[in-house]
Amino acid sequence: MTRVLMVTLLLALAFTVTACGGGSKSSATGTNAGPANITMWTPFVDPELKTLKLVVQDFEAKHPGIHVKVIGGTNDDKIVAAIRGGNAPDVAQSFSSDNTGAFCPSGAWADLGPYMDRDGVNESIFPEAPRQYTEFEGTRCALPMLADTYGLYYNKKLLAQAGYKTPPKTISQLTAMAKKLTQRDSSGKLKVVGFNPFPSWYENVPAHFGPSWGATWMDGDKSALNTPAWQDQLKWQKSLIDWYGYDNLVRFNAGAGDEFSESNAFETGKVAMHMDGEWRVAFIKREHPELDYATAPFPVADDKADLYGAGYVTGSIIGIPKTSKHKDQAWLLVKYLGTNANALAKLSNGIQNVPTTTDSLKSPALAPLPQFRTFLTVFGDANTTTTPITRIGAANQETFQSFISKYLSGSKTDLEGGLAGVDKQIDAQLKQAEAGQAP
Amino acid sequence: MSPWIVGFTVFFGYPLVTTAYLSFTHYDLLSSPHWVGLANYRYLFTTDQTVWPAVRNTLWFIAIAVPLQVFFALGISIMLSRARRGVGVFRTIFYLPALAPPVAATLGFVYLLNPATGPVNTILGKLGIEGPLWFDSPQWAKPSLTLLALWGIGNTMIIFLAAVLDVPRHLYESAELDGAGYFSRLWYVTLPTISPVILFAVVIGVIEGLQYFTQAYVAASVAGGSASYSAESANSLGYPEDSTLFYPVLLYQQGFRYFNMGYASAMAMLLLAVAFGLTFLIVRNSRRFVHYQAPGR
Repeated sequence: MTRVLMVTLLLALAFTVTACGGGSKSSATGTNAGPANITMWTPFVDPELKTLKLVVQDFEAKHPGIHVKVIGGTNDDKIVAAIRGGNAPDVAQSFSSDNTGAFCPSGAWADLGPYMDRDGVNESIFPEAPRQYTEFEGTRCALPMLADTYGLYYNKKLLAQAGYKTPPKTISQLTAMAKKLTQRDSSGKLKVVGFNPFPSWYENVPAHFGPSWGATWMDGDKSALNTPAWQDQLKWQKSLIDWYGYDNLVRFNAGAGDEFSESNAFETGKVAMHMDGEWRVAFIKREHPELDYATAPFPVADDKADLYGAGYVTGSIIGIPKTSKHKDQAWLLVKYLGTNANALAKLSNGIQNVPTTTDSLKSPALAPLPQFRTFLTVFGDANTTTTPITRIGAANQETFQSFISKYLSGSKTDLEGGLAGVDKQIDAQLKQAEAGQAP
Repeated sequence: MSPWIVGFTVFFGYPLVTTAYLSFTHYDLLSSPHWVGLANYRYLFTTDQTVWPAVRNTLWFIAIAVPLQVFFALGISIMLSRARRGVGVFRTIFYLPALAPPVAATLGFVYLLNPATGPVNTILGKLGIEGPLWFDSPQWAKPSLTLLALWGIGNTMIIFLAAVLDVPRHLYESAELDGAGYFSRLWYVTLPTISPVILFAVVIGVIEGLQYFTQAYVAASVAGGSASYSAESANSLGYPEDSTLFYPVLLYQQGFRYFNMGYASAMAMLLLAVAFGLTFLIVRNSRRFVHYQAPGR
């Protein structure tokens, strides 16, 4: 029996143990911004990366002696691993503002407050939403660097064929138009979808829909998703999915191209109206310049007409990993990319992302494509919102999405009970994360 | 110090002790672990509502896919052991899929089983049958993964084949003299003789089933697509409707996506305990049906 025990223990050990390493300590902040070679990691890849490198060259010209090596195609997993290994870059850019809740309280990204105080950079230069997603519980460890806002893209040719001259402004208009714009082939399969409401398809996540219903996420420090606003949003989404037929949409989606490819369903005319981020303007210019389309703010719930013009905003964040040995030089680059109006305008022109300071939005250097202007106005709208930053990263959004996918497919039918369950689950996650914080 | 001690300490001892320690801490990967006692285990057993569905998915895979893999590998190896011509070619054909990297194999299956454009549904459509939604359906996602697992049984098949070919001929001859037919010989000679190998395949299958991750992760990410440009990482783990959210996928999600490594370590310790418990039960109960040949035959 002892032999059996030993053999089973060894087998179990050999196959199931996962290694987890230890943390690393932070280094002291320097005060001297003399010559140095620094490194910046960015998730951008070409062609966006080329634009960023040009702007970084401008920075180098302004700061002789500081040389920046820009490395593209990175992500948060790599940044975290590098911080733990002590070999993180001096400046890191992330597409996931949700992770501010991890980077700031842990000190993994250095507190930028002292640098901003020293150089007189006031956070009021950023609009409200980007200000929110770059700080956590009073610690600002990141600056916003370009924002993503969401709106409605519509195919002018398809709308004209159906007799429409203007885009929908309310959800009931969107629904009616979506139905009229939908085309099926002789076998009943979807050929053109007026508006595709399928959950998690392309950009269809609750965070992006919520602002059109005035839906919010938290009540104080508790999750508050069981609200009439979210219920209305989800009921509408479900009714439109049911109109198409859930399985029909699954088959349509499986045959539609990848979101970030030339065969994107909106770009190829398979979808007439579409929720998407501002970056699509640049993608269309590059991939399908022949597409006759326009953009507008996303339609709003019929009883929330005053919200028209607003939308969801998130964006890139930029900060200084705690392991940087050239924090002062790194700060100069972060400050340049995060606050210099000309730099932001140049980045925006090249990448077609929204510049993130109030000044840069008015910069004469800004040369937006006509379809891009919509997103500048959405960004500046007083009702535009973002998702709250929490210690649990994107876990709250993903827990919500998990329930939504079941409700919209019909496998869960109790909407209120389900949403109450989601709130309970998120509160438990928050409590579990809070309980683990060092006193 | 002998080399195995070094290897054991570095690759098993240290990670095991560290994981056990971290399971009693809150550890966000970025700051130092903070001792929380049994809080992670309490959360695991009493609060986290995602654990049970993940456990159920994993148990489904162990109860359905693992036995099917063993039967399928055994069936193929018995057929191959009887082949007269082209044995080498058939062995190669059945073994080859085992060489395909899991990610590539999964991508291939997601393509083949694409409900709209995949060759399988296209052929079914020509026959007048509307094919299922495969990886896009909560009912079909796990069976689709099972098909993928069955396709890749080459390694088990080769081990079974070696065992089947190793059954002493005189046992068959004696059975034949006693008037045993093909199925009697299979049941009373082949299976008892190779039963230790079957036990091995079952134990390894169960442990691998408990750790089932790569194929589920890739299939969900590819079939699910995601709003990934701004959110960066795939948010489609478990797609569709958590039907592929296996226990190790949940563990990964907690540890590396939610910065909750202390809790993920507690989950890993539970996985270790369950792997140990199941293996122990299988090995202990195997004496009733596993036949070990006397040494020096």
